[in-house]
Amino acid sequence: MTNKSEKIVSAKYVRNRTIGAFAVFFLLIAATIAGWRWLNHQPEDNSVPRPLRAVLNGNEKLFSNFIYSPGNISKTYPIYYAAPKVRVNGDDGLGDDFDAAAWKLQVVKSPGDTLFITLDEIKAMPKTDIIFDFKCIEGWSQVTHWGGVKFSDFVKKYNLSGQSDMQYVGLNTPDKKYYVGIDTKSILHPQTILCYEMNGKPLPMNQGYPLRLIIPVKYGIKHLKRIGTIFFSNSRPKDYWYEKGYDYYSGL
Amino acid sequence: MKRIVQKHPLAIRWFHWINFPVLAVMIWSGLLIYWANDVYRVGWGNTTVLKFFPDSFNKALNIPFRLAEGMSFHFVFMWLFAINGLLYVCYLFFSGEWKLIFPNKKSLKESWQVVLHDLHIRKGLPSQKKYNAAQRVAYTSVIIMGLGSLITGLAIYKPVQFKRLCAMLGGYEWARIEHFTLTILFTLFFVVHIVQVLLAGWNNFRSMVTGFDVIGDLPKMQATEEKSTEEPPSV
Repeated sequence: MTNKSEKIVSAKYVRNRTIGAFAVFFLLIAATIAGWRWLNHQPEDNSVPRPLRAVLNGNEKLFSNFIYSPGNISKTYPIYYAAPKVRVNGDDGLGDDFDAAAWKLQVVKSPGDTLFITLDEIKAMPKTDIIFDFKCIEGWSQVTHWGGVKFSDFVKKYNLSGQSDMQYVGLNTPDKKYYVGIDTKSILHPQTILCYEMNGKPLPMNQGYPLRLIIPVKYGIKHLKRIGTIFFSNSRPKDYWYEKGYDYYSGL
Repeated sequence: MKRIVQKHPLAIRWFHWINFPVLAVMIWSGLLIYWANDVYRVGWGNTTVLKFFPDSFNKALNIPFRLAEGMSFHFVFMWLFAINGLLYVCYLFFSGEWKLIFPNKKSLKESWQVVLHDLHIRKGLPSQKKYNAAQRVAYTSVIIMGLGSLITGLAIYKPVQFKRLCAMLGGYEWARIEHFTLTILFTLFFVVHIVQVLLAGWNNFRSMVTGFDVIGDLPKMQATEEKSTEEPPSV
């Protein structure tokens, strides 16, 4: 076997090249460790080191602007796939002191101009059912059946087209203890519903009675239970899990 | 005097040593994510042979309750893993180095002989170029596994936008299982790789840093002659 790159060299040459290469190698290891430490000690932006947060926000721009399409529909299933026992995960914002009889959905059109909408008014609109694979950010998923009003229909009916030109929609629970912000493109997705039924029956309390959000293009953390207020904004509304270090977009 | 030969191109050494910490971060952050829904096990019915992962393992590695952190690292370092991997594959193609790594007709049969040899069951190795047949199979598999991790990862990350891809992989939950399985295979590869590197010795390890392999000593006398035509001793 002969090789073009074969060379005959002194032992000293071998030693020097070895020392040289390993010096660079160890320097790079040291730089990697230093870089890792630096990264983990950066000031945090909503519980995430800033450089990481910057990339996550970049991921949002990339996927929101170039990959997301309202034509990409979450897979739907026949009704017999729907789980009879729907997993309950989290009760933030579902305090016991909730007065169901007095509940009205508040939609802030502009400061000082708020709509108050009753459940009956919402139920009077055309109903949409969806059976899809609900995905929790923890990694589990479950095929579940929900019914309600398409958010896009709701926007038309209440003349919110001006508001929905804004970039974000914010939702709060009545006690304001749980809150999410969602990019308007995703909330206008044809599968997003203001949901008042689960498995054909009124929402149970622990699933956000009387009205919750179902938004199949997002992880469960964005499917706010028991909507109190909806508002529109060009800056990101506050978001409960975002503050705790999760991705703001959380899109699927 | 020593006879040396260039073994690993500089580019490959960079790709290799960048990949090592990046893949480590991907696996670590993946563990943080997996913990939040750690449902996989080896077993049947109510019998579990191996739980992924035992509590002691999670505790020892400080894994519990770090889902958000895991996701932020995973979805940042995925870019480094993908870019480094794609550049590596491009480099293999444009440099022709792929001919030394991809298995050829004889590789499957020969790789078995290599395994038997390494287990001290068989004597003698089939002739080889840069890599023996088992290495060709392993190093090519690991490239395919990397690609598989990217594809299954993308399907879990954006299952609605990449709905067809997700369906091709058997759906969301299967894609997650596949992604997880590939990670286990990566760690198994890593263990075998480390053992083989330790067994192969210093000269082999050095070549992954310096790029050259020392293929033999020359007697003092010969060194003063022009250039030896003698065949290098086989390694």
